[in-house]
Amino acid sequence: MSLAALVRRNKQYDFWFSVISIMCVLFSLLALTTLLLDLALEGIPRLSLNFLISFPSRFADKAGILSAWVGTFWVMFITAFISIPLGILSGLYLEEYAPKNKLTQFIEINISNLSAVPSIIFGLMALGIFVHSLHLGQSLLTAGLTLSLLILPIIIVATREAVRAIPTSIREASYALGATQWQTVKHHILPYSFGGIATGVIIALSRAIGETAPLITVGALTFIAFLPHSFMDPFTVLPIQLFNWISRPQAEFHVNAAGAGVILLTLTLLMNAVAIIIRYRVRKKITW
Amino acid sequence: MVTTFKAQVQNLHFYYGTVEALKNISISIQEKKVTAMIGPSGCGKTTLLRCFNRMHDLYPGNRYEGEITLYPEGKNILDPKVDPIELRMRIGMVFQKPNPFPKSIYENVAYGLRVRGITQKSIIGEKVEESLRYAALWDEVKDRLYHLASNLSGGQQQRLCIARTLAIDPEIILFDEPTSALDPTATQKIEELMETLKEKYTIITVTHNMQQAARVSDYTAFFYLGELIEFDKTENIFTNPKVKKTEEYITGRFG
Ligand SMILES: Nc1ncnc2c1ncn2[C@@H]1O[C@H](COP(=O)(O)OP(=O)(O)OP(=O)(O)O)[C@@H](O)[C@H]1O
Ligand SMILES: [Mg+2]
Repeated sequence: MSLAALVRRNKQYDFWFSVISIMCVLFSLLALTTLLLDLALEGIPRLSLNFLISFPSRFADKAGILSAWVGTFWVMFITAFISIPLGILSGLYLEEYAPKNKLTQFIEINISNLSAVPSIIFGLMALGIFVHSLHLGQSLLTAGLTLSLLILPIIIVATREAVRAIPTSIREASYALGATQWQTVKHHILPYSFGGIATGVIIALSRAIGETAPLITVGALTFIAFLPHSFMDPFTVLPIQLFNWISRPQAEFHVNAAGAGVILLTLTLLMNAVAIIIRYRVRKKITW
Repeated sequence: MVTTFKAQVQNLHFYYGTVEALKNISISIQEKKVTAMIGPSGCGKTTLLRCFNRMHDLYPGNRYEGEITLYPEGKNILDPKVDPIELRMRIGMVFQKPNPFPKSIYENVAYGLRVRGITQKSIIGEKVEESLRYAALWDEVKDRLYHLASNLSGGQQQRLCIARTLAIDPEIILFDEPTSALDPTATQKIEELMETLKEKYTIITVTHNMQQAARVSDYTAFFYLGELIEFDKTENIFTNPKVKKTEEYITGRFG
């Protein structure tokens, strides 16, 4: 075979490969847009101020998501309050302070594994520990703790990766100027890994905000017609309200579900957008 | 002119775990002179340099044996009782690859002062300018002190790293192949800089470039496989080496 013919044949593979790739992309995009459009078309018309400030109701057109989004807000607040400091400090300790030995290696592997555990397992664990052993009840606090456990591994792994990305030469430059370990961490490690950590935290929280299974397991209510007064009060959250409405037979409730879905989706997308912006900003500023 | 010792290495052995990277090194460093360390790759130049500021303490498994006495007080700085943090405040280091912090030019130079707890703006500002001037970088950066250091060229970054070290008024400056990542013009600038720096500082520099060693240094130490083969005034090493191995190396027959 001549060289030209060989190149022509090789290029044909190029061509067919691009065709297949483009088709895959189109298919995924199409499926996704259809889903989103379907949700948006059904849900957006349902959105109104009343929908946001009404409690759930037996009547679909009077029902709203007030207790759901307030619940989501508080559960996320507790989750963030617990998981962010705990996750960042654990990641920092494991990467920057802990001696590199068999034990830390073992811990490292287990943390990575934890992020792959199905969320319902976390729910079962939380039911055993927080509800039954610690008697925290089926409360906002239990929900926040449960979701904290769920996303801790994500935050720890993100922190470790962000810290690990900082070159040794930068650490050594700091130490060579007489900095202590804490000064090095405070002035260099944390600021330079901030982008990666913040991105990881937001991604983790946007995962938590949509979680349903573990919260059902620890006893989320599906019908709450009051706002919580303390973290020990019973709770519901957006995805659970959504799940409740979608499981009703009446079509009007399905419209409510779509409305709640649009809100939940918007929250998630907003969080991801913030993550992208932070990452972009930091990447522009920090180069080695 | 009478020269005085700034540091004296005595029977120094250094181990990376079980690997003995330095074998029984003894060498005297003269104050306000440039001492060059040469030798083929892997002979232990960097390892020795990093003993002076106890950089090896950062990693587990490293072990020193022997002494490095720092003058004027005559204390052994390898003594575990000596705090490496304190030591590094007195001994500056410039690395092979420029490693500015991803901060502004100003903040890079100011960092050593911040570590020392100096917060007064006027003092920091003065010291930053003085250091940048001394490192022959001031004119090139004075209009963009608050720009990111990463926007500078490689040679400028390296001079910034030198300025960063000068700002803490070190007694000794350690250079580990400071010009190996730079073009000839930038290299020349750094060499000239060393010439002026030795009026105030004691300098130890590692280099792979024989001409550079000959040009900038007063004393030269030749290492081979973790041992000090020959140490003498630079002119003697380059014109009249006593050991055959040294001669072979500087004439380029191996290494
Ligand atoms: N972290 C380390 N762990 C184990 N061995 C090391 C380590 N760093 C260096 N060595 C070994 O110690 C010896 C001396 O290394 P060193 O880096 O001091 O050489 P060098 O003279 O600076 O070489 P080069 O000119 O290539 O920079 C080499 O054999 C090297 O393989
Ligand atoms: Mg080296």
